[in-house]
Amino acid sequence: MNEFFSVEPDYYLILAAVLFTIGAVGVLVRRNAIVLFMCVELMLNAANLALVTFSRINGDLNGQIMAFFVMVVAAAEVVIGLAIIMSIFRTRRSASVDDANLLKY
Amino acid sequence: MTELKLPSIDYAALAPILIMLGAALVGVLIEAFVPRRLRHAVQLGAALLAVLAALYFVVDNAGERQITIGGAIAVDGPTLFLQGAILVLAAMALLLIGERSIERGGAFVAQAAVVAGSEDDRRQAEESGGATEVYPLTTFAIGGMLIFVAANDLLTMFISLEVFSLPLYLLCALARRRRLLSQEAAMKYFLLGAYASAFFLFGVALVYGFTSGIPGRTAGVDFATIHAAVADSPSSPVLLYAGMALLAIGLLFKAAAAPFHVWTPDVYQGAPTPVTAFMAACTKVAAFGALLRVFYVAFSGSAWNFTPVLGTVAILTMLVGAVLAVTQTDIKRLLAYSSIANAGYLLVGVLALNKEGLSGTMFYLVAYGFSVLAAFAVVTLVRDADGEATHLSRWAGLGRRSPFFAALFTFILLAFAGIPLTSGFTSKFAVFGAAIEGGQSWLVIAGVLTSMILAFPYLRVVVMMWLSEPGESTPTVSVPGGLTAAALMIGVLATLVLGVAPGPLLDLANGAAEFVR
Repeated sequence: MNEFFSVEPDYYLILAAVLFTIGAVGVLVRRNAIVLFMCVELMLNAANLALVTFSRINGDLNGQIMAFFVMVVAAAEVVIGLAIIMSIFRTRRSASVDDANLLKY
Repeated sequence: MTELKLPSIDYAALAPILIMLGAALVGVLIEAFVPRRLRHAVQLGAALLAVLAALYFVVDNAGERQITIGGAIAVDGPTLFLQGAILVLAAMALLLIGERSIERGGAFVAQAAVVAGSEDDRRQAEESGGATEVYPLTTFAIGGMLIFVAANDLLTMFISLEVFSLPLYLLCALARRRRLLSQEAAMKYFLLGAYASAFFLFGVALVYGFTSGIPGRTAGVDFATIHAAVADSPSSPVLLYAGMALLAIGLLFKAAAAPFHVWTPDVYQGAPTPVTAFMAACTKVAAFGALLRVFYVAFSGSAWNFTPVLGTVAILTMLVGAVLAVTQTDIKRLLAYSSIANAGYLLVGVLALNKEGLSGTMFYLVAYGFSVLAAFAVVTLVRDADGEATHLSRWAGLGRRSPFFAALFTFILLAFAGIPLTSGFTSKFAVFGAAIEGGQSWLVIAGVLTSMILAFPYLRVVVMMWLSEPGESTPTVSVPGGLTAAALMIGVLATLVLGVAPGPLLDLANGAAEFVR
């Protein structure tokens, strides 16, 4: 690889942190359950990026293997999450988390 | 090409986990092949049998102290003690889940996919038996919890966290009555749970980065490597502190500690009561089992850094739980806030950071699990035409109407309040004593003060049940079926026995209170 195209691994860590923060803030400020859920997925993928980058820095494969496991977990989570959000949506015709307000205090 | 080195696997040590996960898969097959009218009995029988078989192997492994399957699973004293606790409590929860005589068809909806409130939904609420998918889901959750308390690296811990959380999210959504509440609880639990586990995962990544560059070791997330890295790593400690904080967020969320507790009352109220009981008892054990292992084994070298923070969390948790319990008007929410406060007391035991703290916390988990299961068993019995009558005003005068169950519930509430001769007193004594020995007197002072606040809501319920006249709207207490009666009696008896003669279990916990590294 040409020296010109190679990027310091630190930048990837910064990118991962930025993505994670965007996801974390997104969960707090958005209202649609699907968007919230996408923000959580963004956080998981930010963690994956960090794992792979650390794996590169450390020069071993552990981080990459962990990233594979995380992908499987994320896929399983999507199945469960969409099922729950769908069942609520079919009753209420809305996926906004502000409309789900029967439980409080 | 180098030869592939496979890790050695001790199948006997892993037997409880393998049995539970295998039983869950068998449960899925039963769902597919056994005729509908037999399914409930077969599923319940299979699940209970699996729990008992797993418990047999836990007892059989009692002397086992080892790390197996390539450093992923540690089978040691705390693992076996907590696995045993989870299995016993899960068996009781299964009895509550399997109960079908109190309500026609049980506490669970027949077809979760049917739109709530539609014509089909009304028909199935009256006619169909409940979904039997709850049994494989519960066994999956139990299997995940068994791995969670045994996990010896952060990746295994993350996977098992998801393995027990995902079925719980679904179980929350399956209530037969008040389905909108139930679905809403499931959505809140799911979104916040996924949020917390994302924090946990980013913590794993940061800690993995922190472990690089230790002489003579490759980077990794197993606890021995982390322990070595905490002692001597060239990486920036910022990675360690941030990683530790993020991991703690994930674990404290499951343990329902403030400020990560907001899901607890909503989920406890909305979920079907047997599932609430299962969560209150077993999830608590699993979460604190993992918390203990992470902070005692992996990060023990960094105790100076995390003790003040976790101490603040513990005090906040006790305060939030105790103060907000006072204002509750729903019995399930009251028990939820009581569960939050109890998470605070358990944290006091964790922060003792000595052997007594470990054994005291484990004892507390078992004692609290029995009491809380019995409490929710009573909640399933107090009903009117509309299902469970959970509003506190409806419980007024219950003592006149059915003195026996009111007396049992009073006894459990007194145990929660920590009155002597109940397990609540001995377990609080165990954790507070350990914390004083560990130099954390400030936590104990906060613990005693909040216990006094917390006694008020309990006693208010007791006074309400016994000193008010039963009104028109006072519900009847259903005669429990055999399963609920069994779970209730086991819970009450255990609460009494652990209060009067806690010696044997305390000795067992003491003998088990050592992690392998």
